[in-house]
Formats: sequence, C-alpha cells, structure tokens
Amino acid sequence: MENILGLLDNSGGGIGREVPSGGSTTGSMSTVDNLVFSSEVSSCYPDENNDSDELELGLGLSLGGGGAAAPLNKSLKAPSWCGNGQYARILTAKDLPCLVSKSSSSSSPSTIPKANHKRIAADSVSPPNGAASSSQVVGWPPVRAYRMNSLNQAKLSITEDFSSIVDKSENAVVNKDKNSCNKQGNDTMDKGPSKTSLFVKVNMDGTAIGRKVDLSAHNCYETLARTLEDMFCRSKTANTKSSMEGHNILVEAGGSSKLLVGSSEYVLTYEDKEGDWMLVGDVPWRMFVSSVKRLRIMRTSDANGLAPKIQERHGRQRARAI
Amino acid sequence: MDPVRKRTKDLSKSVDSAHLAPFPDEVLEKVLSLVKSHKDRSSVSLVCKDWYNADRWSRSKIFIGNCYSVSPEIVARRFPNIRSVTLKGKPRFSDFNLVPQNWGADIHSWLVVFAQVYPFLEELRLKRMVVSDESLEFLANSFPGFKVLSLLSCDGFSTDGLKAIATHCKNLTELDIQENGIDDLGGGWLSCFPETFVSLEVLNFASLNSDVTFDALERLVSRCKALRVLKVNKHISLEQIQKLLLRAPQLMEVGTGSFQQELVPRQFAELETAFGSCKNLHTLSGLWEASSVYLPVIYPACANLTYLNLSYATLQSDELSKLLPNCSNLRRLWVLDTVEDKGLEAVGSSCPLLEELRVFPADPFDQDMVHGVTESGFVAVSSGCRKLHYVLYFCRQMTNAAVATIVKNCPDFTHFRLCIMNPGQADYLTNDPMDEAFGAVVKTCTKLQRLAVSGLLTDKTFEYIGKYAKNLETLSVAFAGSSDRGMQSVMEGCPKLRKLEIRDCPFGNEALLSGLDKYESMRSLWMSACNLTMNGCRQLAKNMPRLNVEVIKDEESDDSEADKVYVYRSVVGPRRDAPPFVLTL
Repeated sequence: MENILGLLDNSGGGIGREVPSGGSTTGSMSTVDNLVFSSEVSSCYPDENNDSDELELGLGLSLGGGGAAAPLNKSLKAPSWCGNGQYARILTAKDLPCLVSKSSSSSSPSTIPKANHKRIAADSVSPPNGAASSSQVVGWPPVRAYRMNSLNQAKLSITEDFSSIVDKSENAVVNKDKNSCNKQGNDTMDKGPSKTSLFVKVNMDGTAIGRKVDLSAHNCYETLARTLEDMFCRSKTANTKSSMEGHNILVEAGGSSKLLVGSSEYVLTYEDKEGDWMLVGDVPWRMFVSSVKRLRIMRTSDANGLAPKIQERHGRQRARAI
Repeated sequence: MDPVRKRTKDLSKSVDSAHLAPFPDEVLEKVLSLVKSHKDRSSVSLVCKDWYNADRWSRSKIFIGNCYSVSPEIVARRFPNIRSVTLKGKPRFSDFNLVPQNWGADIHSWLVVFAQVYPFLEELRLKRMVVSDESLEFLANSFPGFKVLSLLSCDGFSTDGLKAIATHCKNLTELDIQENGIDDLGGGWLSCFPETFVSLEVLNFASLNSDVTFDALERLVSRCKALRVLKVNKHISLEQIQKLLLRAPQLMEVGTGSFQQELVPRQFAELETAFGSCKNLHTLSGLWEASSVYLPVIYPACANLTYLNLSYATLQSDELSKLLPNCSNLRRLWVLDTVEDKGLEAVGSSCPLLEELRVFPADPFDQDMVHGVTESGFVAVSSGCRKLHYVLYFCRQMTNAAVATIVKNCPDFTHFRLCIMNPGQADYLTNDPMDEAFGAVVKTCTKLQRLAVSGLLTDKTFEYIGKYAKNLETLSVAFAGSSDRGMQSVMEGCPKLRKLEIRDCPFGNEALLSGLDKYESMRSLWMSACNLTMNGCRQLAKNMPRLNVEVIKDEESDDSEADKVYVYRSVVGPRRDAPPFVLTL
C-alpha cells in the first residue's frame, strides 16, 4: 500500500499505480520506469490472461482553474485492475467483484460500476500553464473508451510478421542460427505456424508503441533477439534520438546479437512470473519461455542491478525489480 | 401491409370556411411528406393548424435528440404513423466516463409504447441509450416489419440480444452495431440468421470482439444480393475478407478485419484482385494492424475511395505517403497521429478534395514522448485541402499563428474541434493563451456550427465566441476561462446555441444564471467540475420550471457543491426513472 502512496508522491501528479502482485517494489521511479508504466498502462486489455498482474492507471484529478478542489483522498483501497480495458479510471474495492466476475468479457463500459466518476486529487495541483498532464484526469483527452481499447489491443498485437518474413529471406542466417540453436541441445521445435502461440509484449525504452512477439516461433535466444532488433529497427518513429543510436550497433558482424551480449546501448530484459526483471539469456531457453511474462529492451544505463537466476556469468549485478 | 391511419374529414370545414384551403388535405400531406429534414418538418408544423395536422399525419420519421425531453406517450399521441425513430440518450460526456452507470436512458419504456402504437415500426436508431437483451428480444418479436437497427455507443446488452434480432427479424435490412459497451458472449449470433434470410443490406459488427462462424458469414453474404455495407470485426482474416469480397463485389462500404496475416504472393495477388473487383467501393475502414507490407492490396480500390478510415492502423508517415497518392478522390480521412506531420503533408499534397480530417491520438496519455502531430501538420493539410470544413485534431502543441493561417486557408469550417491534449497549454512559441486562435476561427469561419476549444484560454476566447459565432450550435469547453464573464459572453451571444458542454472551468452560479433566457431554446447544458453550488442550481430550477435541472451527486464532494449538472428542456417534467444519485431540483 505504501508503495502506491510513494508513487503518488513521486509522480507528483497523483497517478496511482498498481504494481504487479507478488513483485517486490521500491518506491523510486525513474522517468524510464514511467515510460514503461505508461506504455504498460496503455496496454491494459481484457484478453491479457493475468488480470492481477496488469498495471492500472487509477487516478483522475480535479484540475482546472477553480475546479472543485476535492479533498486529498487516498482512497485507493485495493488493487485495481483494468479487467475491461478502461483508462484513466478510479477503481476502489467496490469495483472488484464486478470486474472479477466479468473479467472475461470484452471492453465494456457497462461493467464499470458507479465509482468510475470519482476523482482523487493529489497534492492539489493547480494547472497554470499546461502544468497538468493529461493522464491524470478522468475522461481527458476526450477519446472514447471503445477507441482506446481497440487501439491498445492493436498496438500490442503487432507481431513479428516482418521478422518472420525477414527470416525467410535470410535463409542462410536463419539456418546458421538454427544449427547453433540445435547444437545447444534444445529440442527442435516445429518451425511451421505455431498452433499454440505465446505472445508476449515487448517495449523498448524510448519507443512509445509496444509490440508483441510470438515466443513459440523461436527456439533460441538468437532468433528472438534478431526478431526484436528487426522489429524495433524497422518500426522506428521520429523519436528521441537516443532510441535510434543503439540500432546500428545492435548486431555484430559475427551474427550474435548485441542485445544478448550486452555490449550495445540496450539490453534485453524480461519480467518473470514472479515479477522480477531479469536479463534475457541466462537461463535455458525452455525455462525462459515458461517463466517470461513480458520483455523490455532497456537502456543499459538503467539496467544495473538485474538479477540472473543463475549467478553472474557476465558479472551482472543484483536485480532491482521494478 | 400498410396501415396508414387517416383522420375523418371535417366536412363542414371544407365547404364553408372563412379562410381558403387551397389544397385538399391529402395533397398537402403528400407535399409535406417530401420534406425530409426533421428541422424543416418542425418548422412546417408551426405554420398553421392545417399544416400542423398535415405534418402530424404524414410524418413517418421522428428524431428525438434528448430522450427525456418528451415521453413516448406524447410522441404516440401526436404522430400516429411513425415508422422510423431516432433517439439519443445520455449526455455526450458519458463517452468519456463522466456519467455514472445506471444514469438512465433506457429504451424499454419507449419500446413498450411503440409496440402498441406503431406495430409497423421499421427503423430504430439509438445513440447513447441503455438497451437490454430483453429489450432486443421484445423488439424482435413486436415489430414484424422491422428493418433497421442501429446502435451507436449504447450499452447494456450482449450478443444474446443480437441472437434474438437475427432469429426473428425476417425483414431486416440493416444491423449496425457500433462502439457499444456490450458483453460479447460469443459470435454465435451471426449464425442465427436463417438460411431463408436474404434481405440484409447493411451489416456492421466491427466493434464486436468475438469470432463469428466464417462459414455462416460467407453464406449470409452470398445470399444477400443487396448487401452494400459490410464491416467485419478484427477476427476476420485477410484471406477471409478476400473470399467475402469475391462473393459481394457490389459492396460500397467495406470494413476489413485484421490486416495482419502472412500471405504468399498468390494470396496477395488474389486480394488485390478482390479489392479491384469492387467497382462501387467508396468507403474503407477496419484495417486493423495494417502495415506497409499488405496495405498495397487496397491500391486498386483507392481511386474511387471517398472515405478512408485508418484510425485503427498505426501507420507511419512513409506508409501513408505511399498510400495517399492513390487516393486522390478522398473526401473524408481518419488517421492516427502516428503518421505525424510528414504524413499530414502527404494528405495536403495528395487529397485536394478533402473535406473532413480526423487525427486521433495513438498515445493520449503519454505526454513525455515527442510524438504525434503538431501545428505544422495541420497547416500543411489546410494549405493543400482548401475544401476542408470538418476537423477533429488531437495534438500536443499549437500556436495562435498556425490556427490563423489554417482558417485563412480554409474559411469554410463548419466543425472545428481542436484538442490540445495537455489541459491549459499555452501557445508553445509565444507562451500566450490560445485566445487569438479561436478568435480567428470564429471571426473567419462564419458557417461554424460546432466548436471544441482547448489549451490555455481566458475569458477573451469566449468573448470572441459570443460576439462572432453566429451560427454556432454546439460548443465544448474544458479547462478554460478565467471567470464567470467567459460563460456569460457565450450565453449573451451565440444566438443558435443548442448544446453546451463544459468541464473543469471556473464558471459559477452567476454564469449559470446568465443563461436563463437561453436554456429553453437549447437542447441541453452540461457543466461538471465547475464552481456551481446547489443553491445556484435550485435558483435556476425555480426560475425555469420547464427545464429539468439535474445534479449528479458525487459521493466525495461537499453537500453544497453541484459537481455535475445537466440542464435540459422537457415537456414532461422531471424524469421518473432517475437513480438515487441524480437529483432533479
């Protein structure tokens, strides 16, 4: 609970966030974390199977000159989740029974209980010149819930179509990888269209739009890393410069992805089922696939302190779980 | 079956009347029935008693903009021959979660009356109403000639209700389910259309989430030869849409499903051919997850497109730039701001006939990113698309100078909806308020009907609006103004104002009461998170008995504060179905 309050203070605008249950949390949040969270928040969607692990943007706020200054009210009583993909919405304990029972339904404003119109004011922020941020206010910006939900789903469902096409056209490389994968002793998995796909979200620091990658289409880290590099290299937007700089040097001439080796500006990390953030590549592939929940391409500078399950092969430090 | 009721002729009147009756009533009715617009019809009915009666008997379509302004009984009494009903319910801000659940606007009581009085009802179009499965079932069983069901932004029903519609409405021509908050319990409803059912012309289930049986859909499309609008949901694959297009090349409006599927070249070519074979195609939407790889399959259809909705495709600027030169006929374009200014430049240069542009935010809550579109994209569109008259634009920065340029380029704006996403944000170059921007809009665009303002705004903006916006009918305000004077300026001006929605502004009781003379000529007023108190609202209610002044109580706020206020004219007095948190004063 105190974490939520801690987050309230830190973000300074009253955004309350649910942290994944089971994860040990710390109070401090860097801007990078905020980026991750904001993209996480925007990716809340009903068909994510683990409702309890979703982050939820749970605050709205009375802003606006002279608007009714609602009393500072820390009524985030309980974990809130967006079982139906709502955004910028206040949830309290009252919401839970309703949401849980309908968690399998689609994005449906009709399942939102009455409490959705509440607003919670954090340290009475008054917004003189655009100081207010739009994410703190209920119903602002005025985008219909349906559109938000559809958009979030769309953003996440962009799979690695490109990379699989790329893989096909770069047969030599793929074969080489495959061989090296096989040599590592992994079982060869069916290379055809996977019948049980295993999509996980991928976010890259500095890129707003997250993607999704099908882990069952890979059987080793190399191909996964290549796929991700293609995905985020290809889909670059005119963004902050830093997100671009790493791209040229992500892949070494030798073929081994720098994301794995850890010598580029970015590292590939993942969140496991316990909510801990780990560096990708430390555990056997199968173990990784069975425990990974989502991926994040993190700036190396922010990645100090990620714990591998198996002790440091590359001298990495203890995890500071997010 | 055409049970048109006629009134008995008043013979004495026709023989010997002080005033001349130039036409027999039947002729007058026939002539008036050709007047389609409901506003004109209302005017017609006010001319004289004869015309009122002629309109009464000949009116077959009715539009009710606020379901609580009138009762179904009154409608039934006045208009005996209605076949088509359009009803709107909740205040528009309910789209943005500002109206609590169970607020009202339930269709059922209307259906009960209609079933008695209009058994020949054919069309029902609802917006922001609550519709239950029971209501849908009741509807399906009560009106044998029912043809058109259109539900936009409604909630309260599930796909079970759709099953009832599909099963029982043998003459259905239109099923249009858009953007509703419903429980999607599965796609089985589509299979409920019997094999003998062939009348469908419009099918839109794009916003439903679950899978329909493709087989059933394909057969349905094949046998409904008059089908002209088909909008499927995102579970329909590219391969499947290709099959559907082949079955129905006569389609005029198509909403594709997911645009993401691995295709071999042969399939790609087949899709291209399929799109090319739809010679009547003028509207294209859906395109979920469309990417540069597969977008080209639509190129053969692009030349004829007048409306392209890309707002569910996260296209980048180069992808849009490649697409648009094929679409020189576009009149309406909806995109995401992922296309950025560069993409909008392509709009300006490729689509000279463009009349409507909507740019939606892909990441509305992520203000840390330098993203989306800016003022220069808007300017670029305005300089290339001089016929632009409708714009909805979400951005993070804007300048007064840019807006002035935009309206200089396009003085014919009828709908100008600008959303600068950070509340209270100033002109980012000069740090001035955005007053002059909207001043320019209202001064230059004399035909302006709808305006949504944003950014840092003082009372000056509203002075401009009140003074210059002579044709303004709808105004949306958020996080703006400095004092009561702002709202007062609007209430004192804007002679044609019908809908005013305000949130988070420093307008208080004095502002509210300054509009006393105006509210009866308006459809509604919404004010939330302003400075209204219960006393102010009570005063309004006391002075204007024909208005319903409803306060939605917020549990956290003070008892004396009126946090959300909804004021509307009504001929039926306070509504009887108000939930406990709505107080009618």
